[in-house]
Order: sequence, then structure tokens, then C-alpha cells
Amino acid sequence: MSDNPSLRTPSQRIAWTATVAISTLVFIFLIAPILAIMPLSFSSGSYLTYPLPGLSLRWYDDFINSPRWMNSLKNSMIIGIASTLLSMLLGTLAALGLAQWKSRFKPLVLAFVLSPVVVPGVITAVGLYFFFAPIGLTGSYLGLILAHTALATPFVVITVGATLQSFDTNLARAAASLGASPLQAFQRVILPLILPGLASGALFAFATSFDEVVIVLFMAGPEQRTLPREMFSGIRENISPTITAAAVILTTVSIILLATLEGLRRRNERLKGGSA
Amino acid sequence: MTDALLTGANASTEVSLKRRLRRAERTRQVKALALVAPLLVFLLFTFAGPIIGMLWRAVDDREVRQVLPQTIAALANWDGKDLPDEKTYVALASDILVARASGTIAIAAKRLNYALNGFRTILTSTARNLKAMPEPGTSKEALGKINPAWRERSTWTTIKDASGPVTGFYLLAALDLTRNADGAIVAAPPDQAIYRDIFARTFLISLGVTALCLLLGFPVAYLLATLPPGRSNLLMIFVLLPFWTSLLVRTCAWIVLLQSKGVVNDSLHWLGIIDEPLRLIYNRFGVCVAMTHVLLPFMILPLYSSMKAISPAYMRAAASLGAAPLTAFLRIYLPQTLPGIGAGSLLVFILALGYYITPALVGGAADQMISYFIALYTTETANWGLASALGAVLLLATLLLALAYGKLVQGQQVTGGMKN
Repeated sequence: MSDNPSLRTPSQRIAWTATVAISTLVFIFLIAPILAIMPLSFSSGSYLTYPLPGLSLRWYDDFINSPRWMNSLKNSMIIGIASTLLSMLLGTLAALGLAQWKSRFKPLVLAFVLSPVVVPGVITAVGLYFFFAPIGLTGSYLGLILAHTALATPFVVITVGATLQSFDTNLARAAASLGASPLQAFQRVILPLILPGLASGALFAFATSFDEVVIVLFMAGPEQRTLPREMFSGIRENISPTITAAAVILTTVSIILLATLEGLRRRNERLKGGSA
Repeated sequence: MTDALLTGANASTEVSLKRRLRRAERTRQVKALALVAPLLVFLLFTFAGPIIGMLWRAVDDREVRQVLPQTIAALANWDGKDLPDEKTYVALASDILVARASGTIAIAAKRLNYALNGFRTILTSTARNLKAMPEPGTSKEALGKINPAWRERSTWTTIKDASGPVTGFYLLAALDLTRNADGAIVAAPPDQAIYRDIFARTFLISLGVTALCLLLGFPVAYLLATLPPGRSNLLMIFVLLPFWTSLLVRTCAWIVLLQSKGVVNDSLHWLGIIDEPLRLIYNRFGVCVAMTHVLLPFMILPLYSSMKAISPAYMRAAASLGAAPLTAFLRIYLPQTLPGIGAGSLLVFILALGYYITPALVGGAADQMISYFIALYTTETANWGLASALGAVLLLATLLLALAYGKLVQGQQVTGGMKN
């Protein structure tokens, strides 16, 4: 870390060393809890303490053979995938429209579209609970999917919108002048170019739904409990090592999502670099 | 002649071209709006509608009116100075008999009990003991005999205050205010005044967490912005991995680390620093640590974006003009990071204000934030009016801060705030 070009004086070197030292501690603070929980899931004992008495896969076995946990994993997947698809449809259309729309109301509309991210989860959850109960949407998959879609769509609008910003609209015009119908132009020209933005939008949407718990707490019946919801009650009651197994599974999903996103970013940078 | 004709033709083609252009542009705008419309309609149903509904519940007050319609109608003419007239007592007796038969008395009893402690007993005992309509002209006496509270003016003012259809009662209660017998807004009695403390606690915890995030996040963001891209991308994983890891996994991890037989206590004991395990969780300390962990990436990413945009040439220029490194940092670098500091702090503060899950899991009774009480009144005690009023206050605070955030990041490329 000594190759920082602006380090000339001793005091600068001290300041830099302090920055590196503090940052290292912060990195440890950020990552250590996540790393600390993982080995516990492989423990053969039933207490969440170190040193581990021995290694075993019994808690994963417990997870896989528990109808409660497996059902919650299934629910998380169903609700996550459905709300991802729905938010992709609504969010992509809206991003395409917003890119072309010129109006002084645009900032207002944009603020409204993004507001589900800012409004505290409890407020959205309470509102939905009152609103959906009389029409039978609490305790139903559909209700949860709709609610998660509302939370996830802003991320789609942002990511797809960002891709569209760097998109050259002349390409669409060129396609039109060559006789492509709007649908053809979208399919053959626009879609392939904005695909990385769509993919990261989908990842954000899925991650949002997969991690959401406040709305599920209010709206899900016993049938629709998701993985975070099961973890919430598990942590409340008593933390059994099965929860750590669930945590490792959830973290693995996050790492896969993060790695995919990073891959998309790299690919995008490469493409940009190639065209420049 | 031909010239004039030609110019005329030119002019008309020009006009029609302009008009066609305008029309094409209009069609384009309509099409654009049509693409946005499905999302707007969807959000109206799944987001705006529910929130407006919640806000409406904060002022909605029709429960008493539905159960005691004749009483409310009779009270409309009451001047509030003496006890109401016999006609009002007749109306009440009739309402109570009807309500007991239909089993709705508890609805009114619950609402009136919020305003006057003990009203539930007054109403249910009256309903139990009133067998039939009293003889004409004796209603006042008969009801007063069943429960002496009907001889008190305050009993009747409470009903009149709760006659709806809208009320400021819950909103006032959410701010520890109430109306006295004369209708003036005064501080609520101390045993009911808890919400200002809860709001203050929520603000204090959020402020503390924001300060901690800034303190820890600033050096990290600086390091990431200064290192060559290859290395900073690698270190970015330390920020992004926790960011992407489930909130519940992280909360669970802190419980494992900080519990009395957890890793931290064991290590401290092993090192001989402590004899007894420290209480690190299920208290304010645990809440602050876990919340800082969860929100720190939301500080680092906007800070990083703003620092990345600062050209190193400024610092070199300052140095070449003879500024000491500290002076250059304080006067040249730090001011340029202020937008990032503002954006990151506002973002963390906004998110912290609405926090529910982490304090609910790692906090004690004295560490619960406003969200916890909103949830409690919604699902446990079903005091929906108060839950909605507390929600309205929290929403207002959040929106004002979000507005400030919007102004701050306008024209600035702080995408770091979004998961990006």
C-alpha cells in the first residue's frame, strides 16, 4: 500500500498508514460476523459456540428434512421469481417510457416511482395490511407477490434507466429507417443492447424480494412464510444451529447474485472499452 | 404570379411540416406515457392507495357514531355546559339496547376507552344492567343509577369528542397531546405521554448510528477512492458482500458473536480482560452495533462516489502552493466531499428512522424504535388509529428528509445509494 503517489512527507505517510489501519479494522467489522456464522453450521454440537466439538452436516440434514424450512425456501423462490418477472415487465416498460417522456412533471413521477424504496417498511406493510385484508389478498401468494413487486420495481427502473441513458437512440432510428417495425427494432436492436441492464435489474428485484421480511411478517399466512420469515421467528424463539445452515444457504445465494452482477459489470466495461 | 404561388405553396408545406412534426412529437409523448402508465396504475394499487388508506385511518373516527347514532345526533345540539337533556339520555338508552342486541357495544367501548380510561367499564356495565327502555321521563335518573358516570359532564364530552366522522385525536395522541374539557390542546397526562420519548429515542439512535457510519465509513471510502482501481475493486468486495447478505443473516451473526457465551465474550475472557461476560446484546449497544453494520455500506458507497470524482490535481495544486497536508485536506479535499457526506448521512439516517427488524431482534424493551410501536398497535392491540397516526408522523419525517436528499443529489451522480 506504499505506492500511493502523493506520499512525500512523513506526516502524510502516517496519515495514510492510519487510514489503512482503520479501514482494515472496518473491513474486519464488516466481514467477520458473516464469516463467523458459517463454520457453526457445520458443528456437530447443538450450541452456537467455539471451539466446535466436531464437524457434521446434521444441521443441513435437519434443514432439508424439515417441511417448515423447505416450504419457506420454496415460498421464497416462488414469490421471488414471480415478483421479479412482474417488476421486470412493469419496470422496463416504465424505464423505456420515461427515457422518451419530456415533461416538467417527470421528476415528480420519477420520485413517486422510486418512493417505495424510501418509505419505511413498516408503513408500507401496515398500509398493505389494511388495504389488502378486505379484498382477501392477505395470507395469499398473490398479495405478497404484488407487494414485493412494488418494492422491487424501483430498482429495475433505475438499472434499466441507467442503461438506456448510455443507449444511442440513433440506432433505433436507423433500424426504423431500414424498415424495421417498432417491435422488430426493439427485439433486434434495443433489447440486446440493454440486456445487461435488464439482467442486473432482475438480480436486484430478486434480491429485494428474497431478503424482504417486514411485509411478509404482516401479510403472510402460515402457508406463505418465506425463508427470512422463518429465520425471524427462529431468532426470536431460540437460535438453533439449523438457522445457521439457513444463513449459509442465504449467503450463498447472495454471493451468487453478487458474482453475477460483477460479471455483468465487467462485461459491460469490456464492451464499452471495445467500442471506444 | 408564379412566384407568389410558389412562396404560398412553400409556406403551406412548411406549416404542414411543422404541424406534422408537432403531431409526431405528441404521439411520441403519448406513447411514452402509455409505457409508464401500467407501473403508475400498479403502484397506485399496491403502494399509494395503501398508504393513503393508512393516513385516512389516522383521522377516521366513525366507530362511536356507528354504534351510538341517536346519541351522537342528540348531542349535536348540546352546549357542553350542563348535563345533556332527557332526550339525549333516551337516545343513549335506546342505542345501548340496540348495540347490545347486535353485539357492537365493544367497538364503541374500545374507542371511548382510548380517550377516557375506564369508559369500557361504564359502557359495558350499563349495557349489562339496562334491561329495557326506562319509563318516559326517567331515563336520566335510571342511567345515573346504573352508573354514576352518566351524571358527570366529562363522560358526555368524551362521547361528543368521539362523534366523528373525523378526528385529530390520534394525531394529537401520537404527539403526546390531548384536548381538555374545554377543547383546548394541552399536554397529555404523564402516564399516557410516551410517544415523544419514543420519537426522541428513534432520532437519537438514528443519529448515533449515522455518526458511527460516517466515522467508520469515511476512511474506508477514502482508501477505496485513492487506491488503484484493481486493488480497490478487490477491497470493494468487503463492502458489497455484507451489503448483499440478508439482513437476518447479519442480525443472527451479531447475536452469535455478542451473546454471553459468544465469540467476543469468550475471546475477552480468554485474553484475561474480563472475568464476567459482558452484556453486549439485547440492549442499546447491540442495536447500535448491528444497525451500524447493516447501514455502513449505504454510507461508504455515496462517499466513495463523491471522492472518486475529486481530481487529485487539486491536492497537488494545494501542495505546490505551499499548503501543509492537513491544511490541504481540510480546505481543499474535505469541502469537496461534503455532498457525499450529506447524501450518505441523510440516506443512513432515513433508513435508520424506519428500522424495525434489527431493534426488534437485538434490542431490549427500552431500545424499541417507533416502527416497533406501529407494528405493535397494528397486530397486537388493534389500535389502528394510533398505529396510523404514529405512521403518519414517521412518514412525514421521512419524506421531508427524502426531499432534502433529493435536492442534495440533484445533478450529482450519487448512484451509490442504490444497490449498485
